[in-house]
Amino acid sequence: MSVHPNSSSPVLFKKVLFGFAFSPNLENNLHEVFRVCRFLDAELTLLHVGACTEKKKADLSSLLDQIPDAQVVSEVLWKEGDPFQTIYDQCDLLNIDLLMIGAQRHEALFRFYVGSVARKLTRRVNCSVLLLTNASRERVACKHVVVNGVLSDYTADAINAAFFVGQRLGARQLTIVEEIAPNKVQVAVDDDRSLVKSLRKKHQLELREDERVRSIVSAVPASYKEGLSYRTQPIFGKRGYSIGHYAEISRADLLVLNAEKHTSIFKRIITRDIEFILSDLPCELLIIRPKKAQNA
Amino acid sequence: MPKTSFIGSLHKNVFAGFVVSLIALPLGLSLAIASGMPPSAGIVSAIVGGVVVALFGGSHVTIAGPGYSLVVVILTAVTTLAGGDYYQGYIMTLSAIVLAGVIMFVLGLLRMGGLAAFFPSSAIEGMMAAIGLSLIAKQFHVMLGVETSKKGALELLAEIPSQVADFIALASQNSGVLIIGSLGLISLFILLFNSSIRNSFYQRIPAPMWVLLIAIALSYYYEFTGFENPIPKTALISLPNSIEQLVVFPDFNFTWPIVSVALTIAFVGSIESLLSIKAVDKLDVFRRRSNASKDLRALGLATSVSGFFGGLNVVTVISRSSVNVTQGATNRSSNFFHGTFLVLFVLVFSQTLNRIPLSALAAILVYTGYKLAHPLKFVSAYNIGFEQLLIFCVTLIATLSTNIVLGVLIGALSTLVSHLIITRDPLLFFLNVFKPNVLAFKEPEEDTYFVSVKHYCTFLNFYKLQKKLDAIGYTKKVVLDFSLCRFVDHTAMEGVESYVQYYEKKGGLVEVVGLDTLGASSTHPFAVRKVGQNPLSRVLTRRQKQLSEMAQEYGWSFSAGAQQLTASLGPFVFFAARSLNKSYNKLVDAEQRCVIFDVEYSEGEFIAKEDVKCTVMSLQLKGEVPAFTLSREGLLERLYALAGYQDIQVPNHKEFNKRFHLSGPNEEKILKLFNDQLVLFLESNTVYHVEASENRLLVFKNERLLSPSEIKAMAYFGRELVSLIECNFTS
Repeated sequence: MSVHPNSSSPVLFKKVLFGFAFSPNLENNLHEVFRVCRFLDAELTLLHVGACTEKKKADLSSLLDQIPDAQVVSEVLWKEGDPFQTIYDQCDLLNIDLLMIGAQRHEALFRFYVGSVARKLTRRVNCSVLLLTNASRERVACKHVVVNGVLSDYTADAINAAFFVGQRLGARQLTIVEEIAPNKVQVAVDDDRSLVKSLRKKHQLELREDERVRSIVSAVPASYKEGLSYRTQPIFGKRGYSIGHYAEISRADLLVLNAEKHTSIFKRIITRDIEFILSDLPCELLIIRPKKAQNA
Repeated sequence: MPKTSFIGSLHKNVFAGFVVSLIALPLGLSLAIASGMPPSAGIVSAIVGGVVVALFGGSHVTIAGPGYSLVVVILTAVTTLAGGDYYQGYIMTLSAIVLAGVIMFVLGLLRMGGLAAFFPSSAIEGMMAAIGLSLIAKQFHVMLGVETSKKGALELLAEIPSQVADFIALASQNSGVLIIGSLGLISLFILLFNSSIRNSFYQRIPAPMWVLLIAIALSYYYEFTGFENPIPKTALISLPNSIEQLVVFPDFNFTWPIVSVALTIAFVGSIESLLSIKAVDKLDVFRRRSNASKDLRALGLATSVSGFFGGLNVVTVISRSSVNVTQGATNRSSNFFHGTFLVLFVLVFSQTLNRIPLSALAAILVYTGYKLAHPLKFVSAYNIGFEQLLIFCVTLIATLSTNIVLGVLIGALSTLVSHLIITRDPLLFFLNVFKPNVLAFKEPEEDTYFVSVKHYCTFLNFYKLQKKLDAIGYTKKVVLDFSLCRFVDHTAMEGVESYVQYYEKKGGLVEVVGLDTLGASSTHPFAVRKVGQNPLSRVLTRRQKQLSEMAQEYGWSFSAGAQQLTASLGPFVFFAARSLNKSYNKLVDAEQRCVIFDVEYSEGEFIAKEDVKCTVMSLQLKGEVPAFTLSREGLLERLYALAGYQDIQVPNHKEFNKRFHLSGPNEEKILKLFNDQLVLFLESNTVYHVEASENRLLVFKNERLLSPSEIKAMAYFGRELVSLIECNFTS
């Protein structure tokens, strides 16, 4: 990760790619994307996959003209080809740190979900992904960030990024959710005696998880934590589901998850943790996947 | 009630076991005869159930023995399995019972103690009523002592008037029929009007035992007076003369018909037992929680053992268990003693038992059937909702015309169809049926657990909620939030009510919020609820009723329906930045200075997020206060319009500064307001968010709906706060 030793707040995402299509929501998404890039001090590249016609160009430039933001360096790329493959390749080619995609809205169910191309990208692309849900013209302050503290390869990266993005977007509160799968408790509650046993075991697990997360948080640069208060919230429940439900009831504005390392055939047959959230997005979702090139 | 030692409470359990055995004896005999088995089968079942379940069971005050739900299934098995050879059919049915025990044991190993929750309660009620009707169908003619050639339950029911006519015609010619039938009818009347006989001596002996005593007394009367007993030997029960004859071993040759009977016995027996265990837990004076899975294993073992020795299957029986509890049983030993007393009865009185006429025993079953299929059951199903009556009737007819398992499945299917019709939203069910939908966590810094249910809550997924509620422990405080639910069915409403009772018994509390905006289909508290137009004032939820009781208690006024927000809320930044949808459940104090209400609002430009529902309190002061916001330090800054202000440090109150975030434009005035008294008051209370503007205060706790007890606490907090601040004005 690139860390500027002298900067008060090192930048985590330098290059951002926004893959767009001409949809009614494009205007709002563009506003949101520019705003986020400004907060993150990032360079923005806009990528459209599909035929580049004069009309599209004119439409886009008229939209861009409305955005009163000249600070963000941006360029527009027009590529033709398979949407997934093109975006995937461009992310590698341009050394992108963060890919932004607009989520789709299911009109009948009042729910946001992730389309098939975007879903494939979130799984495979070699950088972090931000899925936009309630993009808007005017700024809606980001107040509450929820991040997953579950033990995984990229947990530290996810917590680090959550603090960084949260602070940059001006959030006040950060909650680190420790999802504990009920089978970890190893005691089935049948009667009063097993209940007492399971409660004791749960308490131990909570303490252990808390300890682990605390050590990760202590390693986060102090500059990221400025103005942000954080706390931990252990939840016993289905992994990947509980955090989404929690984000919904705690009115989170941004949910940060860490990507899973491998996507073997076997793992994809059983529903993976992230699928619950992708099919019912509670809020904007940032999936952290550190770049191999940067790590090297 | 304090717990006593095993030895110290032994006499109570011996007595309870004795009383229960007085009921178990006639019931065991009659159930076995009605099942087409020798009368001893019922006694064997009760003895084995008493001993085995007492030794290995996981419940505390239940009684195990032969149950009524499988009488018709076993009768059919005995008469058809061997193509009409009753003895061979009996042997083959025993092997099915042994196999059913193994299946129940496996269900117990798989921790299927919550199996009963998978079935809609109206369908279960319909099944029970069907069992009751078939008991009446099969036993009515036996009670009158007349012959019949019909087989099907529906045919037999239709034939009852002609059976009565036959009896009247025959009785005038044959004194045997007259005596048999009259004995049956007298027995039925004793059972029906048992509770209205207010004689303490009479009430000491359970009604079924009176039936036996009268029948036996009649037989002795004929013997001593020398008259010839008009009741022929064939109309009396015949117990085998010796132990060797009493015990029959099964024939293990498992063919598909036998396996299917075994599956039915295991399925229905498990459901009957689990429902009984749950019901008996509510009666237990020591408020213990039964280990249903362990009990299921013990019942499986008992069923196998009983089948091996020629007995009926063993289930947990609700009526005998409740007698057990009312007679003062404290632990499983009473079940054991009920078994041992039965052994004694058989050894001592086996010849006397042979004097009992079948008609008296049939009367016991006709009465049981009448209780199961009581006409009031239809009325109560209708009271919950018309659709529940339909489900009840569909299950009833399906069970009578096919079989129990298929009947319940048809009932479950019709419940699902009714849900689809009521909600007109099939996607809601099909998209979410396999997904988790319950979140439970402990709220920070409080001992409250918050449980939120999403999408819908019906018999299909109630077990998920049940698991969470079981794992929390009944001594805790739980806020159960349905505000993200679009549909809650009758089974879930009833299940939640059971949990409210379990928690209450153990000293915990379950409070349900978020149902107020769902419309109900009837005024019944367990009626189906779904997202609807403006249901708020039509049918009050438990929460609304409690709020209205609270209003009465305090001399406040309460209105449930949606209201226009008063203009007085204008100055608050909290409301200015949000688009208000509606407010409801308004509590107003006598002086109209304190208003508590639920508001629903959405944040952001689009209605992109779920609407937020939360309970707030607005207080009017007698003077003006400087604008300030006070919240828990570290909690998100809600009022970003005031976010520019720094945290104001109150001098000499380190702890307060650490816990609270206080901000506002006029630091000097605010510091003057927050004197020692106010700071100490705030420190010693639950942390609320307080916003002041001109002469009004806005108070709320969490950004969610509050339960009645939380609202009471908030009202008290508000009153104290106002008096402290106003005291400040004068000084």
